[in-house]
Amino acid sequence: MSEVKKFMFVNRKAPYGTIYALEALEVVLITAAFDQDVSLVFLDDGVFQLKKGQQTKGIEIKNFSPTYRALEGYDVEKLYVLKESMDARGLSEDDLLVPVTVLTTAEMGALMDEQDVVLSF
Amino acid sequence: MLHIVNKSPLENTALESCLNLAGAGDVLLIEDAVYAATVGNSFEPTLRAALGKVKIYALQPDLDARGMGDRLVAGVTAVDYSGFVDLTTSNKNCQSWL
Amino acid sequence: MATIEVGGKTYETDEEGYLVNLSDWDADVANHIATTENITMTDQHWEVINFLREYFEEYQIAPAVRVLTKAIGKKLGADKGTSEYLYALYPYGPGKQACKIAGLPKPTGCV
Repeated sequence: MSEVKKFMFVNRKAPYGTIYALEALEVVLITAAFDQDVSLVFLDDGVFQLKKGQQTKGIEIKNFSPTYRALEGYDVEKLYVLKESMDARGLSEDDLLVPVTVLTTAEMGALMDEQDVVLSF
Repeated sequence: MLHIVNKSPLENTALESCLNLAGAGDVLLIEDAVYAATVGNSFEPTLRAALGKVKIYALQPDLDARGMGDRLVAGVTAVDYSGFVDLTTSNKNCQSWL
Repeated sequence: MATIEVGGKTYETDEEGYLVNLSDWDADVANHIATTENITMTDQHWEVINFLREYFEEYQIAPAVRVLTKAIGKKLGADKGTSEYLYALYPYGPGKQACKIAGLPKPTGCV
């Protein structure tokens, strides 16, 4: 087997307004099959993707927020959220629908720096 | 005039420009712009300041979709789709900020 | 758009035979699709179908085969959480074939 690489997916967009959040999630689910070291990062408006209580019936778009809870079963267990992004949006860890690791800007920058591949959405 | 904004205030300046330029009238927040009308957001002071000169509405289905239905800033009015239609017909003109 | 007919009712499917509307699904439709796949449904088959329906209800996706196998092992016992067991029930792939009978979309990433 070839060498395991560190993959990071950077999520910076709110869900539903654009297609980026859903596309990123689908790419993550597909690449989970390749047994790499995968990290998911949520910063800026990307933290809104993990907000509890999404109800999309009224806008007739599929609610894909429950799928974040399936990531653990896909062995994608490294989820990081930027503290400053949560603070700026009035969110705390309790508002999120999956367990995450909260990082400061400095910690997030260091984590980004050590990746082999970074994919931004 | 009815101003319609659909971009998050934290990654796009559409709402900020809109609120600066809108002297009076109605501002309707839809899609990702509804985050602007939620409490605790860093845009909240700007929005509150604007409430003095314009009337601000937010589309309820978009708030619900984003799990933000219970966080509306006091003074902002939630509307459904028929409320959206009423706003477009009660104003003599309309601008969509892209 | 392709269709299938079950008990005098017509249901929309895609070109590969997957139901278009999740809510169209019931046991009769499942049995009908199974027949077209040359599968005779047993309790063991239903166990997997019901598991898939529950998984979809909870996570809004059909699981990848690897994920399904692991999750079945956890829920229904280690002896059932193997590729051999699942492929014996669904020779064309527990993901593809079982999802079709369960009225779910094809698993994400499945070609």
